[in-house]
Amino acid sequence: MAVKNFVVASFSDEAVLFPAVKKVRTAGYKIHDVYTPFPVHGLDHALGLRETSLHTAGFIYGITGTTTALSCMSWVFNSDWPMNIGGKPHFPLPAFIPITFELTVLFSAVGMVLTFCYLCQLAPFVKKHIFHPRQTDDLFVMAIEVTSKTNTEELKSFLASVGGQQINEQRAEAGWWYGSFAKDDRLFETKRVEAVNA
Amino acid sequence: MHLKYESTLREPLVDGVKDYHQVTEDIISPIEAKPGKLWYVGFAISLVLLAFGIFSVTWEVYYGTGVWNLNKTIGWGWDITNFVWWVGIGHAGTLISAILMLFRQGWRTGVNRAAEAMTIFAVMCAGQFPIFHMGRVWMAFFVLPYPNTRGPLWVNFNSPLLWDVFAISTYFTVSLLFWYSGLIPDFATVRDRAKTKLRKLLYGIASFGWTGSTKHWQRHEALSLVLAGLSTPLVLSVHTIVSFDFATSVIPGWHTTIFPPYFVAGAIFSGFAMVQTLLIIVRKILKLEEYITLGHMEAMNKVIVLTGSVVGCAYLTELFMAWYAAVPYEFATFYKYRAAGPLGWSYWIMMTCNVITPQVFWFRKMRRNVAVTFVMSIIVNIGMWFERFVIICTSLYRDYLPSSWAYYRPSWPEVGFYMGTFGLFFTCFFLFAKYFPVIAVAEIKAVLKTSGESFKKDMEKYEQQPAEQFEAGLHHHDDHHHDAHGAVAHAHN
Repeated sequence: MAVKNFVVASFSDEAVLFPAVKKVRTAGYKIHDVYTPFPVHGLDHALGLRETSLHTAGFIYGITGTTTALSCMSWVFNSDWPMNIGGKPHFPLPAFIPITFELTVLFSAVGMVLTFCYLCQLAPFVKKHIFHPRQTDDLFVMAIEVTSKTNTEELKSFLASVGGQQINEQRAEAGWWYGSFAKDDRLFETKRVEAVNA
Repeated sequence: MHLKYESTLREPLVDGVKDYHQVTEDIISPIEAKPGKLWYVGFAISLVLLAFGIFSVTWEVYYGTGVWNLNKTIGWGWDITNFVWWVGIGHAGTLISAILMLFRQGWRTGVNRAAEAMTIFAVMCAGQFPIFHMGRVWMAFFVLPYPNTRGPLWVNFNSPLLWDVFAISTYFTVSLLFWYSGLIPDFATVRDRAKTKLRKLLYGIASFGWTGSTKHWQRHEALSLVLAGLSTPLVLSVHTIVSFDFATSVIPGWHTTIFPPYFVAGAIFSGFAMVQTLLIIVRKILKLEEYITLGHMEAMNKVIVLTGSVVGCAYLTELFMAWYAAVPYEFATFYKYRAAGPLGWSYWIMMTCNVITPQVFWFRKMRRNVAVTFVMSIIVNIGMWFERFVIICTSLYRDYLPSSWAYYRPSWPEVGFYMGTFGLFFTCFFLFAKYFPVIAVAEIKAVLKTSGESFKKDMEKYEQQPAEQFEAGLHHHDDHHHDAHGAVAHAHN
């Protein structure tokens, strides 16, 4: 990703946040993201985000598990090592159901969690910029990207008028990087040095 | 107006006047404080038990399973009893987090985190028993189907014991994923308010770089919902499959079609009892009485009395069928050697603890009494341990050949192994209670404005209004919004 400039406003109540989101969007500003301490229902729609397809992925992983289980077990019992177990059939479907079910669930759950982590870029040692330390505590933090057309001062006073508090400007990496939360990485400064050398 | 609204008739889920920050403060600050004396004492006892367990197991592995008092008549004793008991306990966590989530039971938010942790630790304990019962435990991986140099000789996919391998390991994995995915946002909360470098570092790693982005929350919600949907049949399947270990055999007393629902009900019964035992201690020590309220305990006691009665019905059905089926062997097992006979005492302990005593929970006063609940939760777990002992041992100790009839009492390595799993369980639980948010912080915040006591008080004035007036108020609010929206849209054009 890239280092960008943001104007950041905090809201202490979701009842103030929702109208503010609406007004900021209709005024034409580009909301980078809204960070909330808990899932706020309807905020994704208010921000115009599309529905997630994670369920579909889960379904596909699930049927992959079903197929894997059934095909492996029937291959083992019918072609790789056909065994006579008390004269029972080589394809005892009812006896295959428990393992088939378990593998369906296992594939679906593991696949979905990995996909979730991939999509949200979550992993151990991954670090991201935290706009406000209380965005995981009690504040709803809105970050608006500053483009070449944005009048920052106007935006700040606009945010104040819709109920934003602690409005400030931040220059930050918008993506993720490997790092420790115990250290204060100032990525944009490193990048500036690189640019000069090149 | 609030965005969500719940009737004030419902008991609040969070007591006291709280805002979001106070919730964080209440739940996270025990992590940041030094643990009390009781914590150290409890943790030390757990470590001692764990060490004794490791010693007993090492003894058993070194000298072989012969050091256990199992014999050719009683091939399964304390080991499998303990296995089924721990797996059963491990059912409540996923039941609370998955099934109650699908049923939209708001009260689960106060207890789900600790219950899920309990599930994971209980399943870890359960897994030890079949593994060490194998004797040559270094060959335990033979239960996995993989291409090997022995033929390849595959595992028997028709065997309920193999189904168990899949069921337990899937259950453990999925429960762990469900639990951890819920923990990620809460770890981020701990991280962002951390004062020490070490805490920032460790919770930073554990939180996977969570920021609380709206899109991430949207995916997180979808993930939780689907995992709940998957875990619901899973939790039912696990004890069903455990019951198949017995039900698909031809031993009188085991060969019963009632086993799957009977085992699942018993698992939920014992699991909720263990949740009560743990949470009554946790809410007291960590001062979380406002989050784990009497209402929570009452709800769980209702589940206990329901499932206890289901189990009671199953016991009676078994007795009836043993008589009605007119099979002499089954009749003998149930009436001569289970309800009577040398091990008959265990049957009556089971009946008393599981069927008779839980009936006190028909009374609201009892359901909301902390001391009664605590004592009952322990009685229920004793009863459920004996249920498994009764099913396993009283079906085996009098078989078809009177010359092989035997009695069974455990040897010290068997008892030590069982105590060792208590050590493992409580070591894990003490660490969890100290270093993890024991209540799902984000989930509590999400229900705070609908179910918090102080917010409910604010809604009382709306409850007093006649319906028409309330509706008019809503419309007025809506119109206002539409106007504002329309005006802005016009300005844009």
